[in-house]
Amino acid sequence: MRQPTCSCNDFDRAQLLRRGAAQAGRGLPVIEPGMPMPAGTGLNRRSFMLSATGMLLSVYGAGRLLDTAAFEAGIANAASTPNGRVLVSVYLQGGIDSMSVLCPVGDPLYSTYRKVLGLPEGAGPTFTEDPRLQWHPQAAPLATLHAEGKVSALPTIGYTDPMNQSHFTSRHYYEVGAMDANLLTGWLGRYLDVVGTADNPLQGLCLDDSLQPALATAKVPVATIDLPSDYSFYAEGVWGPPQDLMYGAFRSLGEVGVRSGDVGLKESGQAAVMSTTLREQLLPFQPAPNATAPALPAGYPTAGDSFPARMAAVAQMLAAGLPITCATVTTDSVFDTHESQASSFTSGLGEAVQTLYAFQRDLEARGLADRVLTVVWSEFGRRPQENASAGTDHGAAGCGFVIGENAAGKMIGEWQGLASGLDSLGNLTETADFRSLYCSVLEKWLGQDAAQIIPGASSLPRVTVVQ
Amino acid sequence: MMLGTASGRKRRGKAISDPGPLPKYTGRFGEQQAERLLWRAGFGPKPGEAAALAKHGMRHAVLSLTRPSNQRLVGPAPQLENGQPIEPFDVWGNDVLWWLDRMVRSRAQLIERMTLTWHDWFATSNEQVNSQRLMINQNWTMRNRCLSSFPRMLTAITIDPAMQLYLSLAGSTKQDPNENYARELQELFTLGVDDGYTEMDVREQARALTGWTYTWNADTGQPDDFRFEATLHDDGVKVIYGHHGNFSWRDSLRLVLHHPDHPKFFVTKLWSYFSAEPLSARDTKAAEYLYVSSGKQIRPLVEAMLMHPTLHAGQRMVKPPIVQLAGMLRGIGRYIDTDAWAWESSQIGQMPFYPPNVSGWDATRWLNTGTWLARFNLTAEMIGQQRALDPSKVKVKADPKAMTKQAIDFWGKPTISAPGRHALAAYAQAAAVDSASASWEREQYPVLTLNALRALVVATPDYQTS
Repeated sequence: MRQPTCSCNDFDRAQLLRRGAAQAGRGLPVIEPGMPMPAGTGLNRRSFMLSATGMLLSVYGAGRLLDTAAFEAGIANAASTPNGRVLVSVYLQGGIDSMSVLCPVGDPLYSTYRKVLGLPEGAGPTFTEDPRLQWHPQAAPLATLHAEGKVSALPTIGYTDPMNQSHFTSRHYYEVGAMDANLLTGWLGRYLDVVGTADNPLQGLCLDDSLQPALATAKVPVATIDLPSDYSFYAEGVWGPPQDLMYGAFRSLGEVGVRSGDVGLKESGQAAVMSTTLREQLLPFQPAPNATAPALPAGYPTAGDSFPARMAAVAQMLAAGLPITCATVTTDSVFDTHESQASSFTSGLGEAVQTLYAFQRDLEARGLADRVLTVVWSEFGRRPQENASAGTDHGAAGCGFVIGENAAGKMIGEWQGLASGLDSLGNLTETADFRSLYCSVLEKWLGQDAAQIIPGASSLPRVTVVQ
Repeated sequence: MMLGTASGRKRRGKAISDPGPLPKYTGRFGEQQAERLLWRAGFGPKPGEAAALAKHGMRHAVLSLTRPSNQRLVGPAPQLENGQPIEPFDVWGNDVLWWLDRMVRSRAQLIERMTLTWHDWFATSNEQVNSQRLMINQNWTMRNRCLSSFPRMLTAITIDPAMQLYLSLAGSTKQDPNENYARELQELFTLGVDDGYTEMDVREQARALTGWTYTWNADTGQPDDFRFEATLHDDGVKVIYGHHGNFSWRDSLRLVLHHPDHPKFFVTKLWSYFSAEPLSARDTKAAEYLYVSSGKQIRPLVEAMLMHPTLHAGQRMVKPPIVQLAGMLRGIGRYIDTDAWAWESSQIGQMPFYPPNVSGWDATRWLNTGTWLARFNLTAEMIGQQRALDPSKVKVKADPKAMTKQAIDFWGKPTISAPGRHALAAYAQAAAVDSASASWEREQYPVLTLNALRALVVATPDYQTS
């Protein structure tokens, strides 16, 4: 996983709170007083293996008791209705520089603001809806999808609160779908609380180490998984027939406990037997003995990062008929580019865009494209004026994208220009409120009255997100 | 303190009649019973320890745990793979290593085990506190009072900075009282959910507990100078459990400790750490009486619980993950020499200083397919390349029974029941004898099989429980 190119304390702090662990040896960053807790922090978690697919699920729920046995049944039942619409949320972490994704090469002030980081005209495809803007060369696959009418671009999405440029707080706003530091449920979580069921944690699926706060619910369970291929047993200095037979011994040892008549021995024995069964069910998912990683479908980047593998897993799981309504995935790349932006930004954007493109093509090949809408977001954009370290500092409005066969394919908001589109601190002002996007996605894609989900929905304008 | 007419003291005067003492175990106290006691009240025996303890008899065995003659750490100090010392306050995971080292090396095993109990009881997570120093300070607060009196423990925890940050007591003021601590104080720490208190009591307790604050230290980047400020305290009249008074934070604790429902909650919860079988109604009453009549002392109650027949002759319990991890190290004589255990403790489901939430770990669900896998793979890390047998260097006689014994001995001779030993030996027969035909196979397979057998011992239900 790539590291941020600067030590930005509140970004690290946000990472810490979510992952519960800093990188070994890096110590702990400064806490900013008054930061909100991430949504969902207080939820209980249980882990269990979904035997039908062999995926280790961490299930989050507000109740004291989460019944994992009921989940298996609930998931199996829900799987019989696979035609529901799906929302995939992709988070570009760190606050991506929107002016390097859709570069305003035709803006007369561009070369003034971006002396070092500016790209020449013609370096990438022109953004056809506003020829002043030009896609970054690494974003060319998005231009291809845009030409097919499958991408709605939001060149300046955000909110009006120019005083707040904390990663943590801004990300929190996007996650909870409100400018409220104390809201503890996510916007997708509140949607699932309305439409979801008590026995299907896959309805809200987070592919990550820990729960994405946008999915934090108050009532119904949601799940996280890492990847489906990592259920394997290892013993030191054992191979060949003694190793193969060892797996069988798990079961006979477990059965000794199951038959013992003692509560504790039975509990342990049952876990051994269940684990043995699961291992057998999962053998098809295991990588070949000498392979480094299971191959992804064509088109996904193969650098070994999590993001491509997790997006591929979303498509694979949807194709398997799993009852997913909302899924969240986060890029490996961190776009908090305070210094020497060009190199890390270019590789990070390349992997993110190539993955999004491959995911769309994968859905199309599997006949799933009409069911899935993907929303791509970041916590803020960066300041138009580059800094002295060939990087960019935290800004306000930034870019977002809605991708899918059913996406409207038309720009939401606009590029106002650097001469008139900046606030008093020199940051981009928003031309589309993120909460308006959420309301519209809820109403037009998921068919849910936004008033129940997004605080203040009635006073927010709507935007056109789907055809 | 200003108490209203119906004071807590009067309530305490309404004493329960003496139901007689808790029963004591009178059966055989041999090596197996001593082994169980050392797992339930500590982190498992070192090789030979159970047999030595058994010689003293049950009563003295228990007293040696509850009244340790010394608290020394025995063995080499913890270090990382590179030989450097650990940095518990500053480096991620080294806090876990610091405590795991005490679990492995301390002569006062029950002191560490009770500290773990209190860490679960007053669960505080560094995920929110975000200061290994404050967490370790809290750990000492718990260790130093782990067998003292519960009122003393509760007082210390209430003003502990890590707890104050975790449950939002720091910053709870007259103008902006926060109910977080007041709620958990009653629900999780002293009374039990919805037992004998109302939402109004939560609010009024929160008012009584206001006044705590701290200062941000810009130099260290840490919260600092935790203190009570009278100007931030709500000194108005509150109504708590029907008592009227302008209660302070000390009154808040006194009231909840004198609540008639507290003794039962306390003894039931404490017992649950030692046995999965509930105490009978009669024994619960006896334990309550002992608790209240001793002035809410912890040590006498723990001693009585550790001598109870159910502890020695009742059903087995799954070992808590961190207890098994520490016990495996003790069994093979390994000390802290890697930071792998910090990650592994999370994988197996119990990373100290990071409980899942304020109600602590769920001890009724330690094992599932994920954590069972993690416990097995932990064994590979524990044995490691250093201890694994190399078929090009050693020879092992293909004798299934003897190999089974060798594998059990590797872990310090834990008790494995006859059915478990037979299952292990059946595997050894199949892997080392039946599947080997070529001469190199007959030479090497027994070595590989013995490596596998060592891992399989840890996978037996006998080893995973006590």
